[in-house]
Amino acid sequence: MSALVQVDGLVKHYRGSRGWLGLKPSAPVRAVDGVSFSIDAGKTLALVGETGSGKTTVGRTLLRLVEPTEGRFTFDGLDVFRLSSGPLRALRRSMQVIFQDPSGSLNPRMTVGDAIAEPLIIHRLAARPERPARVAELLGEVGLDPSFAPRYPHELSGGQRQRVGIARALAVRPRFLICDEPVTALDVSVQAQVLTLLRDLQRTHGLTYLFIAHDLAVVRHVADDVAVMYAGQIVERGPTDRIYSSPRHPYTRALLSAVPVPDPDAPRSRIVLSGDVPSPTHPPSGCRFHPRCPHPLKDSRCASEIPGLEDFGGEQWAACHFGGKPM
Amino acid sequence: MSETAATPPPVLSIRDLKTYFVTGAGTARAVDGVSLDLRPGETLGIVGESGSGKTVTSLSILRLIPEPPGHIMPGSLIEFEGRNLLTLSPAELRAVRGNQIAMVFQEPMSSLNPVFTVGDQIAEVARVHLGLSKPEAWIRAVDMLNQVGVPDADARAYEYPHQLSGGTCQRVMIAMALMCRPKILIADEPTTALDVTVQAQILELLEKTQADMGMAVMLITHDLGIVAGAADRVVVMYAGQVVETSATRDLFAAPLHPYTAGLLASVPRLESGRGVLKGIPGSVPPATDWPPGCRFHPRCPHAWDRCRTEEPPLLSGPRPGQSARCWLVQEPARRKPPAP
Repeated sequence: MSALVQVDGLVKHYRGSRGWLGLKPSAPVRAVDGVSFSIDAGKTLALVGETGSGKTTVGRTLLRLVEPTEGRFTFDGLDVFRLSSGPLRALRRSMQVIFQDPSGSLNPRMTVGDAIAEPLIIHRLAARPERPARVAELLGEVGLDPSFAPRYPHELSGGQRQRVGIARALAVRPRFLICDEPVTALDVSVQAQVLTLLRDLQRTHGLTYLFIAHDLAVVRHVADDVAVMYAGQIVERGPTDRIYSSPRHPYTRALLSAVPVPDPDAPRSRIVLSGDVPSPTHPPSGCRFHPRCPHPLKDSRCASEIPGLEDFGGEQWAACHFGGKPM
Repeated sequence: MSETAATPPPVLSIRDLKTYFVTGAGTARAVDGVSLDLRPGETLGIVGESGSGKTVTSLSILRLIPEPPGHIMPGSLIEFEGRNLLTLSPAELRAVRGNQIAMVFQEPMSSLNPVFTVGDQIAEVARVHLGLSKPEAWIRAVDMLNQVGVPDADARAYEYPHQLSGGTCQRVMIAMALMCRPKILIADEPTTALDVTVQAQILELLEKTQADMGMAVMLITHDLGIVAGAADRVVVMYAGQVVETSATRDLFAAPLHPYTAGLLASVPRLESGRGVLKGIPGSVPPATDWPPGCRFHPRCPHAWDRCRTEEPPLLSGPRPGQSARCWLVQEPARRKPPAP
């Protein structure tokens, strides 16, 4: 199977602040610094990382909501970053996004029905008389009754609003969905409903997902493959089962150990990292994780030499000088 | 409730707490008859989803509810050291607040004053509550920052909140809360806004300081994983009421209330593979319009006629200290086997 989504060497640097009167030299903010991955059609890749890791910026550059600094993104053979605005608009029908905060991404003055019909109008997908039926059909697909169409977002619960957000994305019959923290703002009982809906839609429509999230337990339930980001780079990627059962990068290990387990009798071997995520303007030399790394074998090489992604077999790759050694 | 004779008297007792809000859409009964005990030295987890009333309960304890629109109804009792906190004068209440009962909130960034250094803000607590002079208070502030694990505390004390990370801000909040060695610490979603590795640091810190100081902690959270790791006992809230109380181990091993069971089934787990998560159908009803009978019945897979009309009280379960607001406790035969 060939990859539907292929990203190579993606870089996004923002110009740094020049300070008062522009006297300070500016250091660029390295939000994304050389990220590559691919996703096969019908599969889900989860991009996980903490605040400031650059995962959201990756999603935004793929949609060209922000322009990338460098890199290449091919979608079904098309070089997306080189498309001019006309073909890009056509391509956007194939790529849609679901945002974290469903109350912030819906227009409060638009009814649910109008919000779902809007993409149909913009992309000229349904003539006026056909629209109500198509809106009702889309509402049904996301598990909402057609009677929701005349309601306003404030009348809905968080879970219902996120369903409307999904219906809007589905309206143009996309092939690729970027889900940016789609369940983070939802309560746990509702979160499970929305995750189940996303999985069912993937099956019925053959959708491909880039699932951006910080919650590793959620990711475990939805992803075929996982890529872990730290300070703008992918430090480990591979099939979900392998990453969760035998993580190679010390950061992945620490992240997994820090997830609270809902079982009072579970053995707790939390690896508590010291310090915070490094500044994206002045990332540490060598391995960007080295100042916080708990690996016992850590040495001077980690501070000087940038580790490349190394193959650990079974499609698992990790960027650590000591990824093969137990911690 | 069946309490054994060995149980020490609680440090804090809440009885029939009702906190209502007058809104344009009617009266929101956000907290509607909550009773619970906090025992000395324990960590009590209070779990619930948004709209369950857990935060309003915690704010009511220190009377931090804005009035109006909020009203703590007559007949409510919050007993601390033999006094009802709800009848104290403002001056008496100030002596308790921040001194004997301290609080840590969810958003550390917005809980700190942006125009004062963190050292000043911590030192203020020492001056107000401990009567220290300015230089003495500053030394205590730096000392507290050291205790909560802020590296390079001498320099950090001169920084403003915006210069610090979220995790460090939460450490500052904890330093302020612990300054007077409180008997009770109320932590309302203390790690929700933080990344998971930082969350681990803060939970570790809370655990350590509780062991050092022997205070009782009321840990309010929506995350059952945090409760499983940190709490001795758990109170589950739904629709403004306590629906289940239990020792942590019993709650996870054999939940009595269908809502608790539904929550546990909803939690994504690391160890299970890609699979079906069972959510709870529907969502929490608005506080202005609680359903009649059992408030959970519209979402409950076991509900029968009695649940729709008759509101169950908290009924004692089979294990000590376990109780649930559910008729299934009396009629266990009606519990349906879990769907495949």
